[in-house]
Order: sequence, then C-alpha cells, then structure tokens
Amino acid sequence: MTGGYGRSGPDILHECTIAVEPGEIAVIVGPNGAGKSTAMKAVFGMLHLRQGSVRLKGEDISSLTPQARVAKGMGFVPQTANIFTSLTVEENLEMGAFIRTDDISKTMSQVYELFPILKDKRGQPAGELSGGQRQQVAVGRALMTEPKVLMLDEPTAGVSPIVMDELFDRIIEISRTGLSVLMVEQNARQALEIADKGYVLVQGRNAYSGSGRELLSDPKVRKSFLGG
Amino acid sequence: MDFLNAIVALSNFVLIPAIAYGSQLALGALGVTLIYGILRFSNFAHGDTMAFGTMVTILATWWLQSIGVGLPFGLPTALLALPIGIAGCALLVLGTDKAVYQFYRVQKAKPVILVIVSIGVMFVLNGLVRFVIGPGDQRFADGERFIISARGFRDMTGLREGLALKTSQGITVITAVVVVVFLFWFLNRTRTGKSMRAYSDNEALALLSGINPDRVVMVTWLLVAALATIAGTLYGLDKSFKPFTYFQLLLPIFAAAIVGGLGNPIGAIAGGFVIAFSEVFITYAWKKVLGYILPENLEPVGLVQLLSTDYKFAVSFVILLIVLLFKPTGLFKGKAV
Repeated sequence: MTGGYGRSGPDILHECTIAVEPGEIAVIVGPNGAGKSTAMKAVFGMLHLRQGSVRLKGEDISSLTPQARVAKGMGFVPQTANIFTSLTVEENLEMGAFIRTDDISKTMSQVYELFPILKDKRGQPAGELSGGQRQQVAVGRALMTEPKVLMLDEPTAGVSPIVMDELFDRIIEISRTGLSVLMVEQNARQALEIADKGYVLVQGRNAYSGSGRELLSDPKVRKSFLGG
Repeated sequence: MDFLNAIVALSNFVLIPAIAYGSQLALGALGVTLIYGILRFSNFAHGDTMAFGTMVTILATWWLQSIGVGLPFGLPTALLALPIGIAGCALLVLGTDKAVYQFYRVQKAKPVILVIVSIGVMFVLNGLVRFVIGPGDQRFADGERFIISARGFRDMTGLREGLALKTSQGITVITAVVVVVFLFWFLNRTRTGKSMRAYSDNEALALLSGINPDRVVMVTWLLVAALATIAGTLYGLDKSFKPFTYFQLLLPIFAAAIVGGLGNPIGAIAGGFVIAFSEVFITYAWKKVLGYILPENLEPVGLVQLLSTDYKFAVSFVILLIVLLFKPTGLFKGKAV
C-alpha cells in the first residue's frame, strides 16, 4: 500500500504490506510517526490509497468506504473516542450491531462471557467506567458485528500494566475463536510476545517482519526498538 | 392572616400560569436542544418554526370549524388540527434542510456558520408567516374556556379568592407530559432513538457502526417539527397567536435550553420551568398574596412587583448569566457552548 492523507498530501505509507490470517494476531510496531496508525487506517479505508490494494478473503475491497467494510466483516476499534460515553454499556453493544438485522442476543452474551465485568455494568453509562473497562466496551462494540478481522489501534493506550496484560489475554482468546486480529501497539515487547506475526514499520515502510518470537530475538530490532 | 386564601391566590396567579408557561417553554427548548445535540448548531429559526407550525394548525382549525367538525367535551378544535399542523411543519423543516442546511452539512461547515444560516432561515420564515396569516393577533381557541372557573371555585369552597384553571392550561400540562414521556421512550428505548443519541455522542463512531446519518437527521427534524408545532399551538391556545410574539419566544426558549444544559433533554425541561417560574415570580404583583399572609398592619402599600412585565425577557437573561457564570455547561451536564 502507498498512500497519504487527502487527495494530494504527501505519501506516508510507502509500499507497506500487512497481512493477517484467521486465528492469528498480527502486530504493527515501530517508532513514533512511523505510520502505524496510518497503516491501520489505510486497511480500513480511511485513507486514500495511491497504489496497492486491500483484500479480504481474496476479495478486493480497496474501493469500499469504511462503513461498507464493516458490513463486509471488518471491525475497527479507534484509539480515541471509541465508545459512546453517554450511552450505557449495553446500548454501546447494541449500536455496535446496528447494521445487523438478525438476533444479536447470542453475540451479546458471548461478549459478556469474554468481558464479565461489562455484564455487571451493562446499565451504567460507558463514560463512567475506568480506562480498562472502556477499552473492553470498545472491543466488545466492534465484536458485535461478528467481524472476520478485528483491528485495534493501540488498545492498551493509557491503561495500567496489569490491565494491559488482561486485555492481551482477552485478545488472545478472541483470536482463538478464529478471528484475525490486527493491532497497532506502543508496548512493542509485550505485544510481540503474543503476536503470531509482527511488522516493524519505519517511515511508512516495512523495516522488519516475521513472527513475534523472531522479531523479539532479532538483535537489530531489539537494539533499535526494544531498548536492547 | 389567611393562609388558605393566600395559597389559592398564589396558585391562581403564579403557580398555574407558570406551570403552563413552563411546559410550553420546555417543549420549545426540547426542540432547540435536539437540534443542538444532533445537528450541532443553535437553531435561531426555532421560534419562527413554531409560528409556522401553529399557523398551519390555525388554518386547519378554521377550516375544520367552517365545515362544522369539532371535538366533544368542549375540547378546542385546534387539537384535531394539530396533526395537520405537524405535517405542514415537517414538510417545511425537511424542505429547509434539503434546500439550505444540507449544503452546509456536506461541506462540514462550522457550527457558527450554521447559526448564521439559521438566522437567515428565521427571517424568511418570519416573512412567510406574516405574508400568509398577517402580522396581527389571531384567536383560534374554541370550546369550553375553563375547567374550573374563578366564580365556580368561590361558590364551591366559600373562599374569597377564586381559582381559575383554563382548559388551555390543563391541555398544555397534559400534552406536555404525554409528549415528554413519548420523547424519552423514543430516545431511550427504540433503535432509532438510541442511534440518534449515539450520533449525538460520537459522530465518527456512529458512522463506523453503520448508523445512517441522513436518517438520523431526518428523524430529528420530524421530532423538532412535532415539538415546535405542539409547543406553538399550546402557547397560542393559552395566550394568542401573533408572529412577533413567537419570534420573541426564541429568547426564553434559548435561555431555558442553555440553563438546563444544551443537548440535554432533561435539562431543557428543567430549564423551561426555571425560566417560566422566575419570569412569573419576578413580574407578579405580590400585594394580594402578602396581604393575606402578613399581619394586618404590615400589609404592603405598593404593588410589590419586582419588575414590570415589560421587562420579563430581562429575567431570562439574568438567570442565563448567573447559570453560565457558575455552571457553564448548564444545570444538567450539557455540551460546552
């Protein structure tokens, strides 16, 4: 993928390639301003691609709007403003499933199974929850469409290390159900530990890629991004 | 001292009128707050939207009266004409949206631009209403005038003070309660209502969730048309219909919506009553009520009217100022202006 913001803005991504298979977790890491979030936005159609394509199960979806991609089976959790703060937890989940016309109660109980705390707080406005719980609401909301690919933009931003570990556990659980999980992370080391695939981006290009283990043990990656 | 008569006088001259006026303001402020919350601008044309809806209702009322159709139990014919008024007003606001607001929405114009645009719409509507029905006073209330008349009350209780409850006041309060219950049910229980709240809360995420913005906007305008027409018709039944009065109503309605917290429906209702009660309390001549509760030799000589009714709009603004100084987002948590 090659692309940038606006019709004529400078390219931010340069022939960047990202792929994730069902049941896998792929993590995009890299220094600040490397284009991690931009790469995710490009996959989700929030960015004008000049070259390259986005394919979902072999189907080219490059020309679809983000909304249409949600209908095709993509779930996206933005980094900020990713919940409806004035709506209750349950209403957040209902709105997540807005495009569905079938019965959503089964999916909702699955989300409550995954995040039991949300079931206890279902009647509470989501804005009154803690940071970690909000992220659970945000992920739960995206899961309500039963997506094939779940994309998370820094799901652990601003939460404590303990909560972060728990969130990562949940994300592993989600991927075990057969979903593809694509994630942008600041906490590179922890994220790569759970990743099946890792992409290190530098200035919008694939600098290194490989399995999470490989990247963690690669001396160059360690030196430049993981602090030795 | 005569507490009973004091209470009756207070109810007759202050409480009942203020409750009716407060209900009318609350309905108006709900429309303003819905537009602010969902379409994200302050709609200055709201007063004239109310006037337009009321005008259609009045024309329909006259037509119904001319063909001899009315309501039983002494209810005003205007209630029967109300759906026609709402439909007419809905066509108007949807048309305005298509012709004017949509253009700016597509461009993602700043709220302040939309405010100025709505002032333009206000002037056009202002002229349109005067052109159709004239600038003068129109009376369209018919049916029984009183539920309880002052004389009837005196005969019934033997008190010196009379208590009058006008049909229009009774209808106002009942209609307001029904409308508010329906609105809250709609916003909190239906899928469309929840999607409107979601859109108001976080537009980008609502779009990601597949909520159709055009539909949200359309339903909002329909609700606003209904609220504006109902509020305007109730006010017209209670007082009288005059285009200029409705234009002026914009001020207390905005004060109510802001005092309550813009974008917050509960705030709009509370704000409506706060403004109405303050206006009536401060412009009422308290001589009579004080005369009943104070010892005889302390009876006031003057009228004990804090402010002439000519200055009633000042009251809304002073309250608005006080609230904005100490609680900038309104009594209930609204959005920052």
